[in-house]
Amino acid sequence: MNTMTTTTATTTAVLDASGVTMRFGGLTAVRNVDLTVNAGEIVGLIGPNGAGKTTFFNCLTGLYIPTEGKVSYKGTVLPPKPHLVTQAGIARTFQNIRLFSNMTVLENVLVGRHTRTKEGLFSALLRGPGFKKAEQASHARAMELLEFTGLAHKAKHLARNLPYGEQRKLEIARALASDPGLLLLDEPTAGMNPQETRAAEELVFAIRDMGIAVLVIEHDMRFIFNLSDRVACLVQGEKLVEGTPQVVQADERVVAAYLGTPFEGAPGAEEAAEVQAAEDHAAEDHAAEDQTTEDDADAPSTTRTNRTEGDTP
Amino acid sequence: MTNLTKTTSTTSPDDSNAPLIPLPPTAARATALAGSAIALAGTFLAWTWSEEFPGNLTVTGYPGGLQTLTLTVALLTLLFTLSGYGIKGLRWLTPGGTNSPVRLLALATLGTTGFTMGAISVVLGGLVNLEPGAWISGTGALIATIGAFALPHDAHGEQPPTGLWERIRHTLKAPAPGTPQKLPGWAEILVITGVFAAGLALFAYGIDIEYPELFIGFLIAVGFAFAALGKAGLLRRLSQLAGTHRKVAMIAALVAAICFPFTQTNDQYALIGAQVLIFATVALGLNVVVGLAGLLDLGYVAFLGVGAYTAALVSGTASSAFDVKFPFWAAALAGAAASLIFGVIIGAPTLRLRGDYLAIVTLGFGEIFRITVLNLNGVTGPDITNGSNGVTNVPDLNILGFDLGIQHDFLGFSLTRSSNYFLLMLLFTVIVVLVFRRSAESRIGRAWVAIREDETAATAMGINAFRLKLLAFALGAALAGFAGSVQAHLGYSVTPEQYQFAGSVAPNSAFLLAAVILGGMGTIAGPLIGAALLYLIPAKLAFMQDYQLVLFGLALILLMRFRPEGLIADRRKKLEFHEHEQQTTPDAPPPGSTTGVAKAGA
Ligand SMILES: Nc1ncnc2c1ncn2[C@@H]1O[C@H](COP(=O)(O)OP(=O)(O)OP(=O)(O)O)[C@@H](O)[C@H]1O
Ligand SMILES: [Mg+2]
Repeated sequence: MNTMTTTTATTTAVLDASGVTMRFGGLTAVRNVDLTVNAGEIVGLIGPNGAGKTTFFNCLTGLYIPTEGKVSYKGTVLPPKPHLVTQAGIARTFQNIRLFSNMTVLENVLVGRHTRTKEGLFSALLRGPGFKKAEQASHARAMELLEFTGLAHKAKHLARNLPYGEQRKLEIARALASDPGLLLLDEPTAGMNPQETRAAEELVFAIRDMGIAVLVIEHDMRFIFNLSDRVACLVQGEKLVEGTPQVVQADERVVAAYLGTPFEGAPGAEEAAEVQAAEDHAAEDHAAEDQTTEDDADAPSTTRTNRTEGDTP
Repeated sequence: MTNLTKTTSTTSPDDSNAPLIPLPPTAARATALAGSAIALAGTFLAWTWSEEFPGNLTVTGYPGGLQTLTLTVALLTLLFTLSGYGIKGLRWLTPGGTNSPVRLLALATLGTTGFTMGAISVVLGGLVNLEPGAWISGTGALIATIGAFALPHDAHGEQPPTGLWERIRHTLKAPAPGTPQKLPGWAEILVITGVFAAGLALFAYGIDIEYPELFIGFLIAVGFAFAALGKAGLLRRLSQLAGTHRKVAMIAALVAAICFPFTQTNDQYALIGAQVLIFATVALGLNVVVGLAGLLDLGYVAFLGVGAYTAALVSGTASSAFDVKFPFWAAALAGAAASLIFGVIIGAPTLRLRGDYLAIVTLGFGEIFRITVLNLNGVTGPDITNGSNGVTNVPDLNILGFDLGIQHDFLGFSLTRSSNYFLLMLLFTVIVVLVFRRSAESRIGRAWVAIREDETAATAMGINAFRLKLLAFALGAALAGFAGSVQAHLGYSVTPEQYQFAGSVAPNSAFLLAAVILGGMGTIAGPLIGAALLYLIPAKLAFMQDYQLVLFGLALILLMRFRPEGLIADRRKKLEFHEHEQQTTPDAPPPGSTTGVAKAGA
């Protein structure tokens, strides 16, 4: 696999996605993407709007069941169920913030602790010493994370009352609460002003220093090229290039993909035509598909999740 | 307190903040004061000549029936108006709004007096039946209302309200109370005790009301008075107090509830109390499912039915298909267990659905339960439940030698049969309250709320949504099953008609859901209060039996329009005052959300 030696010496793969393909009817949103994230690495994922970045994230975290391909975390193949993926050690944030808006900031982070605590209903009803100790430990850990993200003074506020930038930070704190080995960030700086963006950069570095690998989607090029050890560029669902920030920055296909200039032999242009054809072909199917997802591209369609929840462990 | 500033600001030419009725503030307050005093005085005179109108309003010097209601609200109006003068011992009455409570109380006085006058005229046939006392109180109430609406606004600064309705609503806006001065601990506890005693008195008074006129007047008075207390900031103050002394508040509430049967000598009213308690407990169980986990269950009453049928079948009655007699604790556990199993059987296939689908499927299952027990009659199915006759002659309970079926006398108090069951049911209510509170404030409860807020995000946090929803569903079912085991004995018989989606007898699925929504989802007090209202109103206003469901629907629509969070707002909604703090603190600059949009679209 990709054994690029970056700053860190460890090269064990935390995440290994191979041949991930996601089709929605006639539309292939992600096509045969391979991606590895090694321990201690920050990997950037860029691509124009609609390139399939979020869809790829959803495939990694089990919100979508990939049509083809497999995703493994530290060597074990992940089942396509979100709660099992989180249990295994992958946490994520959402492009369009999905906090529990009527819960307090602290409670949001406590929910993130769910997989790392075990107290069941009976323990909660009996309130034994074990329960109290576990609650206290959860609170302490949650406050620590709020401290870390600079939200401790807002612990008792409702999540929906936070300003936008702080909501993004809270999503990160909530994700970190599950003690992940890999953190997936979907556009963590969208909607932030330059100072906040810089602070977010520091935050991501600090997370990496805690020993958590990070895979981050971003449209802010300065941010991503500063941050990442490695950058992959997705265009029309396919991985166009992958390499150090310098390599990707210099790649003219990337520039073209962003500026939208078709140039000869570019896989992007071909794909565009192909996708267009496919879309025209299956227009009716799409109408149905689009309806279920029109409000939120992040959300899996109802039927899909239901299938995800196939059986109880 | 801030009267001076308020007075000066109303003299400014900006007339959006001018009161509805133009009068100088001092004159307005004097008018309100005089009006309420006149209304008060009028209640000591005769309002009508004939004792044919219930409550005997013919005596001079001794207010009765509806007059006492006018007396109470007129007195409150007087006190709150005086508080507006900044009189020392009364200022604690209005930590929040000062004038909006006066307006609401004046409306309460006008409402009760006006209603009484109308009722007398209708019952006795014409205005001629009104004696001068009624006219005096009525005029006083009108004067007080005029004065109250001439008082300055409590809330300033918003954009000028347009239209009469908007302006009236604006006059009723009030600021939140500031930070209270600290009372000594014992005083706070005393306040809590006093409040629960008053609550008990109010509840007992409401239950003992004998004729519908008085009950309507009672509802008018209590409704406006509570709104006024809310605007004055007293309710919020009180919930803060109850929050700091939670244990004390819970114990005070429990003691007040235990005292209830001792205030009742008539078994008929104690029976209403016991039935309210069953309804309230089941509503609280439903609140786990709806309020915490956000699962809209339209067939919840079926679980009450499963519990009741199970307890009745093992009660040893001759009409049971099984010739067994379980001790009560075993019957209650059997009822809960049967409900739980039924809950899992229904939940396992349906909880994979979201939102509307779940509601429809649970509605269907609720009806399936009713039709099934109807058919287990020996003709259309095996003979288990006696079909539409139900399981009858359920014997009275005898717990540790205490026969709940007969009257017991202690120390001059007598506990009737229904009182005994009320106390037994109270034990179950306490259990359900504890279960609700403890599960809500735990990892499990947080996961439920997370699922309610955003199921996708919850699963991404590692929550097995299906399993937790099933847990909530099963727990809710078991709690209803418990309550059902008491209901079977209290009502002597269990029939399928008791467990409909909507009907005229209160614990049915629609009313249960309404009690939760009316009272306030996710709270403990909410469903209890909602259930009490929804039980008492139809029980006391028997004359509108035919229109009950229409009025019920109308009430729900109005509620959703004007107070969607229910009577008691969720703890989380109480955090609203943080919103105000945030808006005023400069350290929270609004982020450039517009740049965010631009960037996302780039
Ligand atoms: N559930 C779905 N059903 C059908 N099509 C979908 C679904 N989710 C995503 N798509 C489509 O897949 C393509 C990729 O979308 P995706 O959200 O992954 O893009 P993205 O790279 O995250 O873009 P952006 O930068 O705007 O966030 C789009 O054409 C989108 O319409
Ligand atoms: Mg995206």
